[in-house]
Amino acid sequence: MNNMFKTLSSAPLSAKFGMIVIFTYLVVAVFAPLIAPYGEREILGRAYELWSSEYPLGTDNLGRDMLSRLIYGARNTLGLTLTITVLAFLLGGILGMIAAALGGWVDQILSRIVDVFMAIPSLIFALLILSIFGTSMPYLIATIVVLDATRVFRIARATAMNVAVMDYVEVARLRGEKLGWVIRKEILPNITAPLLAEFGLRFCFVFLFISALSFLGLGIQPPTADWGSMVRDSSTLISYGDVTPLIPAGAIALLTVAVNFVVDWMLHRSSGLKDVS
Amino acid sequence: MLVDMKDNSGSESEPLLQMKGLRIEGLSENGWQEIVCGIDLQLKRGEIIGLIGESGAGKSTIGLAAMGYARDGCRITEGDIIFDGIELRTASEEEKRKLRGTRISYVAQSAAAAFNPAHRLLEQFAEVPVAHKILSLSKAKEKGRALYRSLDLPDPENIGERWPHQVSGGQLQRMMVAMAMSCEPDLIIFDEPTTALDVTTQIEVLKTIKEIVIDRNVAAIYVTHDLAVVAQMADHLMVLRHGNLIEVNSTGQILKSPKQEYTQNLLDARSRNEKITAQIPNPKTLLSIESVTAGYGKGPDILQDVSILVEKGRTVAVVGESGSGKSTLARVVTGLLPARFGGIHFRGEPLPDKLNHREKQQLQKVQMISQLPDIALNPRQRVRDIIGRPLSFYLGLKGKEKEQRINELLQQIELPQSFIDRLPSELSGGEKQRICIARALAAEPELIICDEVTSALDSIVAKAILNLLQRLQNELGVTYLFISHDLDTVANIADQVVVLYAGRVAEQGSKSAVFQPPFHPYTRLLLSSVPEMRQGWLEETLSTREAKAGIAREVKITEQGCPFAERCPIAIEDVCVASRPPLQTTTSGHVYACQHSIEVLLRESQY
Amino acid sequence: MQHILKIIAQRLALGLLTLFAISLIITFGVELLPGDLAQAILGQGATPETVRVFRLELGLDKPPYLRYLDWLGGMATGDMGVSLSNKRQISELIGMRLSNTLFLGGFAALIAIPLALTLGILAALYRNSLFDRTINTVTITSISFPEFFIAYVLILFFAINLGWFPGISNISSELSLGDRLYRTLLPAATLTLVCVAHMMRMTRASIINLLASPYIEMARLKGIKPMRIIMRHALPNALAPIVNVIALNLAYLVVGVVIVEVVFVYPGLGQLLVDSVSKRDVPVVQACSMIFASVYILLNLFADIVSIITNPRLLYPR
Ligand SMILES: Nc1ncnc2c1ncn2[C@@H]1O[C@H](COP(=O)(O)OP(=O)(O)OP(=O)(O)O)[C@@H](O)[C@H]1O
Ligand code: SF4
Ligand SMILES: [Mg+2]
Repeated sequence: MNNMFKTLSSAPLSAKFGMIVIFTYLVVAVFAPLIAPYGEREILGRAYELWSSEYPLGTDNLGRDMLSRLIYGARNTLGLTLTITVLAFLLGGILGMIAAALGGWVDQILSRIVDVFMAIPSLIFALLILSIFGTSMPYLIATIVVLDATRVFRIARATAMNVAVMDYVEVARLRGEKLGWVIRKEILPNITAPLLAEFGLRFCFVFLFISALSFLGLGIQPPTADWGSMVRDSSTLISYGDVTPLIPAGAIALLTVAVNFVVDWMLHRSSGLKDVS
Repeated sequence: MLVDMKDNSGSESEPLLQMKGLRIEGLSENGWQEIVCGIDLQLKRGEIIGLIGESGAGKSTIGLAAMGYARDGCRITEGDIIFDGIELRTASEEEKRKLRGTRISYVAQSAAAAFNPAHRLLEQFAEVPVAHKILSLSKAKEKGRALYRSLDLPDPENIGERWPHQVSGGQLQRMMVAMAMSCEPDLIIFDEPTTALDVTTQIEVLKTIKEIVIDRNVAAIYVTHDLAVVAQMADHLMVLRHGNLIEVNSTGQILKSPKQEYTQNLLDARSRNEKITAQIPNPKTLLSIESVTAGYGKGPDILQDVSILVEKGRTVAVVGESGSGKSTLARVVTGLLPARFGGIHFRGEPLPDKLNHREKQQLQKVQMISQLPDIALNPRQRVRDIIGRPLSFYLGLKGKEKEQRINELLQQIELPQSFIDRLPSELSGGEKQRICIARALAAEPELIICDEVTSALDSIVAKAILNLLQRLQNELGVTYLFISHDLDTVANIADQVVVLYAGRVAEQGSKSAVFQPPFHPYTRLLLSSVPEMRQGWLEETLSTREAKAGIAREVKITEQGCPFAERCPIAIEDVCVASRPPLQTTTSGHVYACQHSIEVLLRESQY
Repeated sequence: MQHILKIIAQRLALGLLTLFAISLIITFGVELLPGDLAQAILGQGATPETVRVFRLELGLDKPPYLRYLDWLGGMATGDMGVSLSNKRQISELIGMRLSNTLFLGGFAALIAIPLALTLGILAALYRNSLFDRTINTVTITSISFPEFFIAYVLILFFAINLGWFPGISNISSELSLGDRLYRTLLPAATLTLVCVAHMMRMTRASIINLLASPYIEMARLKGIKPMRIIMRHALPNALAPIVNVIALNLAYLVVGVVIVEVVFVYPGLGQLLVDSVSKRDVPVVQACSMIFASVYILLNLFADIVSIITNPRLLYPR
C-alpha cells in the first residue's frame, strides 16, 4: 500500500494530471443522479437556449439541460466503453494466451482467423453490421467486442509468446503441468504490465469509436444521453461561433488524453532504466 | 605501483594511454553505485595489457573508458584518461569522435550483433576511413580486400560484398578485427572477442588478432575472463574484481607465482582435476537411446542414428561443437522433440516419444537443468514456490512438511534458509543455478539432464556448481546426462563420454578411452584446441596439422560419407567423403566411427 | 531471388485470400439476419406483395452461392448493382465520390508523411530533450482527440473566427486544382493532425528501440556522427515497422475520412457509406465496404512487401 503510494507520487506531472482526471470522471459517472441539476431526459425549455444561471450550458436541440446530459453522458458512455473493453480483453486475452501456450495448429487457426478480421477496417465492418442489423445495442456491443478482441488477441499472443519461449515455461511443461496452470501461474504474471497498458489504449480506442458511431448517428440511440450524439445534435451552433458543441467533444478528448498520459507513464516505467541518459 | 612497467618507460617512450584514479559509476535500482573504484593503468605503444576478472569486475567499462566513452547508465566521475597527450575527460564530444575509429578502435564481443545487418561487410569496413576523410571509398575498399587477403579469409576479393548474416561466426569476428584496423589505429580495445565462440573457432580468431596486433605493433587492451586465452596475448595482466585492482604483473609472473589468493583461485578454476570413476558392482542400464534420428519440422535429420547407453549412478557427457546436435538430443530425451526413428528406454520400459503421452511418474524421474539460469526461473515466483511446486505436484506435500523439505533442499544446495523468500532478481547467477538444481532434485529424479549448466557462469562459480553436482551424485546416486562443449568441464565430471559431430556419434566410451590415445581425429582436434595456461601454446597449436586442417570450418550436416572429412587431417581421399565410416568397437567397449583401424589411429596419435 | 519471389507470391496469395474471405463476410452478412432482411427493412407495415418484389430485387430468391457469384462477377466487371433507395446504378453513385475521397486522402498523405518522418527522426536524435518531451506531449494529446473535435476546432478558428477557409468543402469536378486544394485544406489538415502524431511516435519509437543495439554502439565507437548514425545505421533497420505504420495510416486516411467527410460535408465515399447505412441500403454498403476493405488490404500488402524486399536477410539468404 505504502509502496503503491510511493510509486504514484513519483509519477510525472502529466500522469498525475491524468489520474486526477480519470478519478473525477469516475466520480461523476457513479454519482450522476446526485450531481446533475435536472433529469437526463427532461424537456425543460426551448431549444438551444443560451448559457444562463438556470441552464449553465444552455439547452440542446430538444430543450433539455446540456449540463445534466453531459453528466449522464459520462455514465452512459463510460459504462458502455468499460463493458466492451473488459469483454474484449477476456475474449482476446484468454484466446491469445492459449494460442501462445499451445502453439501448433490451434495457434495457426486462431491467428489466421484473427488476420482476416484485422484486415477489415473496423469502422467499415461496424457500419456493415449496423446496416444489416439496424442500430441495436446488443449487436453494437457484440460487434465492437469481437473486433477489439482480435486486436487484444494479437498483443496478448505476442507478449505471451515472448514468455512462452522462456525456459521456465518449458520446465513447467516438462513437469507435466496443465495448460490452465501454465497460463495462470507462468505466463499471466509476466505479461500484466503490457496488458494493462494495452487496456488503457484499447479503452481510448473503444471510447473514441463509440463516440464516432454516435456522432454519425449510428451508436447510442436517443433519448439516452451520450457525448458523441450531443456533438452531432448541437453541431449547427458552431457556424454561429458558439463553442457549445466543443464541450462534449472536449469531454471526450480530455478523458482520452488523461488515459493516454497514464499509459505513457506505465509503458515508460515497464521499459525500465533503458534510456536514462 | 606499476613498478616493473615504469622501469623501462623512463627514456624514449611516453605512455600512449594513461589512466589515473579512474572512478566510474553505474545506475542500478539503488541509484548510482561505483563500478570502477580508482584504477590506474599505463600502456606504451605496441604493448598489450590484459584485463581479467569475472563478470561485474568492470573490465569492459574500463576498456570503453579508454575511448572516453561511457555506456548509457554509466558515468565517469573521477580521474584522468590521457591518450597521447589528450585528456579525454575534458575533450569535447567532437574531439573524441575524431579519435574513435581512427586512432583508437574497438572490437566487440559478438560480431554478429555488432555488424549492422542492413549493410554489406566491406561498406562497413570502409565507413570509418571515408567518414573521417582519410581515404576515398574505392581506396578504402581496396584496403579492406588487401587486409582480408592477408588474414587468409576465404575468397578475400568477394567476401566483403556479403551481408553479415552470410558469413560464419568465426569469420565475422575476424572481419571485425580487420575493420578495427581500417585506419591503422594506435590502440585497439578487444572486449571478450572470443567468448561466444567454440574452441576451434576461438583459435582462428586468436590467430588473426595475434597477426594484427603483434605484427603491426599496435597497442591493445584485451578484456577477457579466460586466463588461458589472455596468456597467449598479453605482456601484462591486470586482475580485477568488483571494480578494484587485485594484482598487476607481467603475464609470466602471474601464471607462475600469483601474489593474491583471488588470482590463485582463478588459476585453479581453470585447472583440471579429473574425476576418478569408481567401480559399481552390478551396473544397471537406466536410459538407453536406440538409433535415434530426429530433426525439426520438415528440415534435415539433425541427429542421425544416435545410440547411447547410460548406466545408473554415472555421468555420461555429450560433447561437440556448436550445431552438432547436443541440445537436440536433450530435447528428444525429454520428449519436447519426438524422434523420427528409433526409441528410448528408461528403466527397461519404453518411453513414449511425445511429452504429453508420458505418465506423470515418468516425467518425475527425468528432470532437466538448462544453460541460462536467468530465464529458467519465473521472475514472479519466490524460491519457496519454485522449489515447492514439484514437491506438491509430484509428491503431494503440503504445509509444514513441504516447508521442511524446501529447507532441506536449500541446505543440500548450500544456500541459507533465508533465501526461501527471495525473488530470482535477488539472486546471483550461481545462486540461480543452484535453485534450478534444487527444483530438479525436489522431484526426486533418477536422471538429470544438464544442458551446458556451467557455460553461462564465471569460472570460479562454475567450479563450485560442478563440485555440488558431484557431491549430490555421491550422496543420492542420481545419474547425469551432461551436455557441454567444454572439454575441461567434461573431464572434471564425466565417467563416460560421447563425442557428437554433425548429429552423429563420432566416438564414445569411458572417459579414459576417449581422452587418451588412440584418438578419433575429431576428438583430437577438440582436445588440441583447448587453450592451455602457458605462454606460447597458441603458436604451438597453430603449427599442428589438426589446427591447419580443422580450424576455420563450420559443422555441416551431410547425408553421405563422414561429415568430418573436410576438416580431417588423415581423411582417406575418395573413401571418406563417399561412404559412411563403419562403427568399430574395441575389446574395452570403446566405440568409434572411422575408416581407419584402431592401430592406424594409435600410430597417428603419436604423430 | 527465387526465395524472395516465393515469399512475395505467398503474401500476394494471402492478400487475395483475405479479400476473398472478406467478400464472403460482406455478402453473407445478410444471411445472418434473424428473420428476413426485406421484412426488417420495409418494417411491419409492408404487404406480402411489396416484400416479394423487394426480395426479388435483392436476389434473395436465388440460392446463396449463386447470389455470391453474381455479386462477385458484378464487382469484377464494375457492375455493382442498383441502390435500393433511389434505384440508381451503384457504380454511378460511387465513381466521382471515390476519386474525391482519394484526392482528399492523397492530399493529407503528402503533408503528413514527410512531416511525420522528419519530426520522428528529430525527436529520436534529440531524445529526452525539451523538444522531444514537448513533441511527445503534443502528439499524445492529438492522438487522443476525436477527429470531429479537431475538425470543429479548426472550423471555429479558421472558418468562422478568421474566415480564411470555407467550413464546408463542397467541391465538384469543374473547380480548378488550386480551388480544390483550397477548399480541401481544412479536412486535409484534420486528417494530417490525427495521423502525423501516430506516425511520428512510431518512427521515434522504432529508431530509439534500435539505439540500444550493439551495432549502434559500434557505430558510435567508430566515431560516426550522430545524424549519420540515425540515418545510416538505425533508419534502414527501422524501416519495416515505419513502413507498416505509414501503410496503416494511409489506410486510415482513406477509411477514417468517413467522419471528416461528414463534418465538412465533403462529397466522398464516406458520406455515401454513412448515408446508406442509416437508410439500410445494403447493396451500396456492400459495395463501399468492399472498396474500402480492398484499399486497406492492398496498402497493408504493400507495406508487407516493402519490408520484405528491404530486409537483406530475406533478400540474400545464406
Ligand atoms: N527449433 C529449431 N528449429 C530448426 N532447427 C533447429 C532448431 N533448434 C536447433 N536447430 C538446428 O539444429 C542443429 C543442432 O542444434 P543444437 O541446438 O542441437 O546444437 P548444439 O550442439 O546444442 O549447439 P550449441 O552448442 O550451440 O548449443 C543446428 O543446425 C540448428 O540450427
Ligand atoms: S572417417 Fe575419414 S574423415 Fe572421418 S574421421 Fe575417419 S579418417 Fe577422418
Ligand atoms: Mg545447445
